[in-house]
Amino acid sequence: MSNATRIGTEPSKTARWIILVIVGLVFAIPIISMIEFTFRVGPAGGYTVDHWTALFDPANARNYRDLFQSIGNSFILAAVTVAIVLVVLLPTMILVHLQFPRLRRVLEFICIVPITVPAIVLVVGLAPVYSVVVKVFGGSIWTLAFAYGITVLPYAYRSIQANLDAVPVVTLSEAARSLGAGWLSVLGRVLLPNLRRGVLAAAFISVAVVLGEFTIASLLNRRNLQTALLQVSQSDPWVAVILALLSLLFAFVLLLLIGRLGSLGRGKETTP
Amino acid sequence: MTVATAPVLTTGDAGTPSRRRPLGLVKYLGLTPFAAYVLIFLAIPTTLAVLTGFVTEDGQFTWDNVLGLFQPNVLAAFGASFWVSAITAVIGAVIGALVCYAMLGTRAEGALRTMVNSASSVLAQFGGVMLAFAFIATIGVQGLVTTILKNQFGVDIFANGLWFYQVPGLLLPYVYFQVPLMVITFMPALEGLKPQWAEANATLGGTRLIYWRRIAIPVLAPSFLGSLLLLFANAFSSYATAAALISQGSQIVPLQIRGALVSETVLGRENMAGALALGMIVVMVVVMTGYSALQTRASRWQR
Repeated sequence: MSNATRIGTEPSKTARWIILVIVGLVFAIPIISMIEFTFRVGPAGGYTVDHWTALFDPANARNYRDLFQSIGNSFILAAVTVAIVLVVLLPTMILVHLQFPRLRRVLEFICIVPITVPAIVLVVGLAPVYSVVVKVFGGSIWTLAFAYGITVLPYAYRSIQANLDAVPVVTLSEAARSLGAGWLSVLGRVLLPNLRRGVLAAAFISVAVVLGEFTIASLLNRRNLQTALLQVSQSDPWVAVILALLSLLFAFVLLLLIGRLGSLGRGKETTP
Repeated sequence: MTVATAPVLTTGDAGTPSRRRPLGLVKYLGLTPFAAYVLIFLAIPTTLAVLTGFVTEDGQFTWDNVLGLFQPNVLAAFGASFWVSAITAVIGAVIGALVCYAMLGTRAEGALRTMVNSASSVLAQFGGVMLAFAFIATIGVQGLVTTILKNQFGVDIFANGLWFYQVPGLLLPYVYFQVPLMVITFMPALEGLKPQWAEANATLGGTRLIYWRRIAIPVLAPSFLGSLLLLFANAFSSYATAAALISQGSQIVPLQIRGALVSETVLGRENMAGALALGMIVVMVVVMTGYSALQTRASRWQR
């Protein structure tokens, strides 16, 4: 029995594994059920791999054209949302951090607001805003990313801010400036390389959030992965569940990468 | 470059190349893209959502929509939302805290922690259509668990009616995303427990029970309650899972909003969505204010 266990700060090895295994198993049941479902012949009884092969069979490409297009839409939306995070949020956060220390709390507050104003509330007011947006930018799918940029704000902010707090940004930029670097090279050659981890994490979590978004797309009558999944599930539930599993796996890999990024950086940094 | 720490750069004499001077007005211009973006896509929609609750179809001021919040079916929806959120928040918080406790003492960079954190982040985001699928496959009419219980154990979980496609059916799916969210938000607080406190307790002859009852739990209480409120807010505002599971009716508030938005042809119903949005925002603001107050209090121990 380790010291920490004896004085009570840590669980014993047995207790740890009992808790983790039980919770892990319970949480695995729905995933296992989804996997089992994709191999069923019909709603009940019998197993087959047909549903998996059918999805990737070029002969069926026509049937799934709408579905694949919606997946494409979701990836376009993810890309534009990441672009909004990089072009609008990131420079503002750096600027506020360097030049407007007093505005940091204000920025933090703004970025947390989307938690308090959930998508289902926002969408009520977004409907009239989008009637204007459609007039200006046309009705293509990417315009929905303007709304998604707001949805991902709390997550992206947290990832980037954690990195900003961990790196002596002010000192670095002053050092670079005193060596004669212009603002652009301070940003591009000093700050961004140091913020790479936070920025990547922000991008990944934004992609994960956008790929899972349903509320706004559904109520503004746009087609993305999630609305298409719901529609397909009425006629071909197997395909819907297979795609749900695949996108879950995709999100897991993305977030595992974020975790790796975090620990890689922590290993390298020396404590100040 | 902060003005206060770089006085050389603030003097701005004529000889300094312009790019080396603090950019004055220009740096304020740098804030405008974000300000404009947040104004158009966050501030205006939120204001519009709330304001539409106070006007009629032809733009006249009215209290009718807001008074409509007190109709029995709307009140019932708020009540159902409240109970679903409260129950799933408590269950999620307790199980999530247990998982956090189980991970105490493992390396933060270790494989176990990375796996659990990534899985938690995925599952906390999992709420939505796909979550509904998962539970239909599990405890739906033909679900794996339903079938096994019926065939192997002779238990029919739907003997008392199809509760799965009603409000009680939301409980299990919601717990499924509440637990991971608790793991993410509560873990930092548990890690903030200093080993020295436990050592001091042990040196003074305290037992494990005393350590938890007199030190750890009082220190953790604000974080725990704060996370509980965050979980409540999370469930209260969740729409997609309910929308995918419950296609008929408007048993909880987000579904009421859907009903009001979709049936806009019915006279006066569209602006009811505004009133419902206002009601939701009021609840969310109260809950999130409590959350941030508790977070402030909790942060005293996390230095």
